Formats: sequence, structure tokens, C-alpha cells
Amino acid sequence: MSQTLWQFHGGLKLPGHKALSNREPSIPAAIPERLFLPLQQHIGIASRPTVKIGEKVLKGQLIASAEGYVSVPVHASTSGTVIDIGDYPVAHPSDVDARCIVIEPDGDDVWVERRVPAQCDLLGPKAVNDMIRDAGIVGLGGAGFPSHVKVNEGVENVVDTLIINGAECEPYITCDDRLIRERADEVIAGASLISRTVQAKRCIVAVEDDMRDAYAALEKVLIGDIELAKVPAIYPAGGEKQLIFTLTGKEVPCGRLPIHIGIVMHNVATAAAVYRVVHYGEPLVSRYVTVTGSVVSPRNMQVLLGTPVGDLVDQCGRPDGPPKKVIMGGPMMGIPVQDERVPVIKTTNCILVTDALERGPQMPCIRCGDCVDVCPVNLLPQQLYWYARAQDFDTAQDLHLFDCIDCGCCAQVCPSNIPLVQYFFFAKSEIAAEEEARGSADRARGAYESRTARLAKDEAERARHLQQGDIGESRAKNDRGQKKAYIQAAIERTKAKRATAREREGSPKDNATVGPDRKSTPESNE
Amino acid sequence: MTVISALLVVGSLALASALLMGYAAARFQRERLSLVDKIDALLPQTQCGQCSYPGCRPYAEAIARGDADINQCPPGGALTIGALAELLGRDAKPLDPGRGTSKLKQVAFIDEALCIGCFKCILACPVDAILGAPKQMHTVVSSECTGCELCVEPCPVDCIDMRVVDQGMSNWRWPRPQDAPRMGL
Ligand code: SF4
Ligand code: SF4
Ligand code: SF4
Repeated sequence: MSQTLWQFHGGLKLPGHKALSNREPSIPAAIPERLFLPLQQHIGIASRPTVKIGEKVLKGQLIASAEGYVSVPVHASTSGTVIDIGDYPVAHPSDVDARCIVIEPDGDDVWVERRVPAQCDLLGPKAVNDMIRDAGIVGLGGAGFPSHVKVNEGVENVVDTLIINGAECEPYITCDDRLIRERADEVIAGASLISRTVQAKRCIVAVEDDMRDAYAALEKVLIGDIELAKVPAIYPAGGEKQLIFTLTGKEVPCGRLPIHIGIVMHNVATAAAVYRVVHYGEPLVSRYVTVTGSVVSPRNMQVLLGTPVGDLVDQCGRPDGPPKKVIMGGPMMGIPVQDERVPVIKTTNCILVTDALERGPQMPCIRCGDCVDVCPVNLLPQQLYWYARAQDFDTAQDLHLFDCIDCGCCAQVCPSNIPLVQYFFFAKSEIAAEEEARGSADRARGAYESRTARLAKDEAERARHLQQGDIGESRAKNDRGQKKAYIQAAIERTKAKRATAREREGSPKDNATVGPDRKSTPESNE
Repeated sequence: MTVISALLVVGSLALASALLMGYAAARFQRERLSLVDKIDALLPQTQCGQCSYPGCRPYAEAIARGDADINQCPPGGALTIGALAELLGRDAKPLDPGRGTSKLKQVAFIDEALCIGCFKCILACPVDAILGAPKQMHTVVSSECTGCELCVEPCPVDCIDMRVVDQGMSNWRWPRPQDAPRMGL
């Protein structure tokens, strides 16, 4: 297994803390009291609820359907009753609540009827792709991009290489490691299924070189001409573009996708999920999650989607002493969780409980250039920081701000503790908002112009009618009288209505905003 | 011969100057047009009329003619004034307080239980963001509403509210970092 490997620029050798959680076999997490299933667990358009409050659902039953091509459905992760559809906390840097379907499990965990196609080894690309889509599968490595879109691109284009990504590079996280060790056959079967579907010329399953047991497990069940690869454990080796470069020496050009250079990449857990839907008819309802850090017994768990993170912390033993920070994801790219009701979603790979990540106070940039040395994308973080801070977003974009993969290497090494990545997030979000504002201003300008033109035309029309004689005039007067009377009557009615409404609920008019008062009524939202 | 050449010279001079003038006129026209376009591109397109013109484009035209100052647009606020100042090579100045104050983006919201379907708001809306037919209840297409407030006043039953746009996840913006503690190993 001697392969040529390429070495991407920069990156960091980080303490892995993997042994903390990857020794014990994974166990199923308990069914929680409540499951919170967000309608948006993927990149793209949020899904739309297909169940009503009070409805009984079975495990694997569709509860929200995809809205468009870049969207995926959501399924009930256990059997029970839908008790609410409303806004609840989710893991998001904004701390804004998001729409969730809340299920109260009945404890029986009864599956809906699972349909397995006869001869599932012979399914055509369209059939496989539809199954992937209907199973709600997204990139389980953390990106959450709908998998059927990627597979479909692979079907429609020539695929040189399919890469199955098991290079779990972020410290502390071992869910892919454990999944490979425990389900290597599913990973390989899934890889071969996807490979056949997109007609890849080569298929490589890659792990980091410190994942020895996982590699051995894969070796044992290897089939066909699937290749295995070990890549150096340098963060972010598992980044999409980094892994592609390491394995093939090819670079994905700025603003382009891997498919443009004939490459498709899926995560190992995604491959296993694809296998499970095709061979067992199981939609995506659970996943491996690493619960680690200062919990009493760190380990991996098979968690029903929608399980609150607090439940997992309790099951792995809440550390003594004052409450610690809970992070969803790893130490480099994770999101701090403020509310322990926040649910595990399709992209949740790790729950990290720790206080060890605090940094000292921020100091001015000393232009040491360390950030430049470690950036795996060859950017100039220090300059990007400068322009983001000065809100000179044009220059930041010229410096390829949007190629930044948010890996956090630059901030990690910065001796001045500058939260560089936060500045990049800030700049990216400002640019996006600006573009959005420009778009709506353009729409408003267009609407205003067409209205002005329409009014001018109407005016000309009226002038022409008036010139043709007075016929209209008396009728118009009559009309106006009638209209006035109608409006007057309506006003009276409304006044009465309003008075009764006020009596009932006080005056709702004063502190009204668009969102909150419409909670729990999904139908009225769109 | 001399006459002919003289005529030719005069003629070609005339032609040249005519061409030149035509070109200058066209160019002038184009520049003026594009200046209005350029100014209009910087205005927020709320179409609220607070600048005392019946919409953003008329205000842009007035600025281009030199009839209006650059600090008359409350929805645009300091950002717009700064952008206009830069475009026109002038000094920025504070918003004219007589025009209003710049505030958070709002959208109109019609209480559909109270709406009598009188059509007046639809006539008032400068961007056709209100849907409805006469004597049927009306509703605002929030994504198209610019928050100009022009529909509020004409409503005879006072059923239109302006509501501050909720900070949902989709319009949430990453705050500019301060000296906040952060993550890292
Ligand atoms: S976060 Fe962005 S700028 Fe910083 S090292 Fe990673 S890719 Fe480079
Ligand atoms: S590592 Fe920090 S201090 Fe050094 S150049 Fe980059 S931003 Fe400046
Ligand atoms: S005040 Fe209103 S109409 Fe005038 S330019 Fe500003 S947004 Fe447009």
C-alpha cells in the first residue's frame, strides 16, 4: 500500500486527545423524554412539516418533507407523539431559536414499515439517488450538504475518483474512528455502492495514520478494487480540499467544486448510512456521537437525532464542580452550546465538555506571520483580519476571504490571541447581508419603476376618457358615494370587532414583532 | 479651386464640429444619466418619500441636478450619506433631522381580521408589496415590503402595524468581534 501522497501547505500537529473516547465500544444512548428535531439540519432550504401536533408517529416515519432540490426530509427518530412544532434552542452561533418538531417518545421504539428493494445490488443510479434523498441523508462529517445532490452530480459528470473520508482530523473527535471499527463492512459496502452509482474509476477510503485499528478493520473487509489510504495526522487533513490534494495532488480551483475536477467525496458515516437505507430501508434517524472532555466516562454513543445534549452529558457522567462549557463539535470549529436542550442533529459529531479552551486577553497584531505559515489554504490571515476589522470587505474578498475554510489554524497559533476566525465570520456575514440588501433594493427599484410606468399609463387613459365626454363623471360620483358608505359601515364593524378583541386580550398592537407571536403555527409562517 | 478647397475646409470643419458637439451632447447626456443611476444605486429604495421627493429615483435626479442636498434620506442614514459624499466628492454631513430619523428595518403587517378590503393601502404601496382585491382582506408580502410606512396612514380602520423585522437565524449577522474570550486549544 505504497501511495504517493502530497503535502498541503501549513496545517498543525495538534494534541489529539483521541484515546480519551475511542477505547470503549459505542453504546446506544437512552431514548430521551423529548426529541427536538429541527427542520433545518442541513445546508439548503428548511424542510416542511408533514405532521400535526397530537399525531402519533413511528420510528423512521416522514415528519417533514424536502422543499426543493437542495433540501432533505426529516424522519421521526423513535415512535411517539408530536407534541409541538415551534421554536426551540439549537446549536447556532446566534443563539436564535429555530423551528423544531418535538416528539414525546412512547418508549417502544417501533419502526415504520421499512421497504427494501428486491435485488438492491442491482439498482440503477436514479433509484439509489432517490433512496438517498428520501432517507434524509446529508454529509455526516459536519458540513451537512444533502448527499443526493453530490451523488447526482457524480452521476451526471465523469468521476475519476471517489474519496470516502475517514480522516477525522479535529482533536477529541472519534466517532468516525469507532464507526469504522464497528461497522467497517457497512462503510466498505456503502463506498462500493456509491462508487458503482457514480461510476467512479477509482475509490479510495482514507483514514489518518494514527487510526490503526480502523485501518485494520477496513483492510479485513475490503472488496473489489477499493483502495485504502493513510494520510498524515495533520489538522485539517480531513478538510475536503486538503484531503483531495493529499491523495491526488489536484487542487480544486477557487470558487469551484471537487466535481469540477472529477472528484466526489463523502464521509465514512455517510457511506454507511447510504448502505443502511439501500439494504435495510432505514432512513437517517441516529448517528455516532463522541461525548468527551471532562465527563466521567468519555465514549461514543449511537444517538437518536433530536436527543438533547444535556442527556448525553448526564449519561456519560456530568463532571463535579461548577458547570463546564459544552461545545457541539470539536475544539477548533465547534459551537458553544448555551442551553442543554439543544439537540443532536445530523451533523453533530461530538459533544465536548471542557473549560480548557479559554484564551488570554486579545492583544495587537505583532506581524509575526505565524498565521500565514499555518493557513492550509495559503491565505494571508493577518491581512484578512486587518481588512475585516476595517470593514474594507472588497479588499478582503480580493484576498480570497471566501476560500477560508474556517479551520482556525491561524487563530490557534496567534500569539496575540486575536480571534481571527471570528473576524472572518463577521466579514463573510456582512458581505452576505450586503448582497441580500442589494438584491432586495434591486427588486424594490424594479417594482417601483413598473408601478410608476403603470400609473402614468392609467393617467393617460383617464385623460383620454375624460376628453371623450362627461359620461363617466356622474357615475363616478355615484360610485364614490356608495364606496364611502361601504367604508363607513366597515369601519363601524371593525371598531366593534376591535373593542371585543381588546377586552379579551389587552392591546397586542404595541409590542408586536414579526416572529414570536406566531410561534407554534407553522402554517401561518410562510 | 481655392473656392472649392475653402468650401471643403469650412465644410469639414463644420462636419467635425457637428460631430464633436453631437458626441459631446451624447456623452454629456450619458454621463448625466449614469450619474442619476449611480446615485440611485446608493439609495435604499425604500421609496418612502421622506426626502420630500416621490421616490428614490426622483430624489436621485434632484441630487444630480443640484437641487437637493445629500443628507435627506432617513432610511439610508449615515451609510448612504457617506456613500453619496464619496461618489460626488463632497463632505459627508449629518442627516437632516427635519426629514426623520433612521431606524431598524420594519415591515408592514395587516391585521387580517380587521382589514375591510378597502384597497387604499394597495394604492399607497410604492412597490406593489400588498396583495388583495377590493372588499377582500389584504396581506403584505414581507419579503417585498420596504418598510416605507406609506400604507399605514391611508388605512381607515388603522389595521396596519409596522413591525421590527425579527432577528431570525436567516437574517442574523455575525457581530463584529471585540476583546471577547474565544475558543482554541
Ligand atoms: S481559518 Fe481561514 S485564514 Fe485561518 S488558517 Fe484556516 S483557512 Fe486560513
Ligand atoms: S499570528 Fe497573530 S500576531 Fe502574528 S501576524 Fe498573525 S494575526 Fe498578527
Ligand atoms: S427618503 Fe425614502 S424615498 Fe427618499 S431616497 Fe430615502 S428611501 Fe428613497
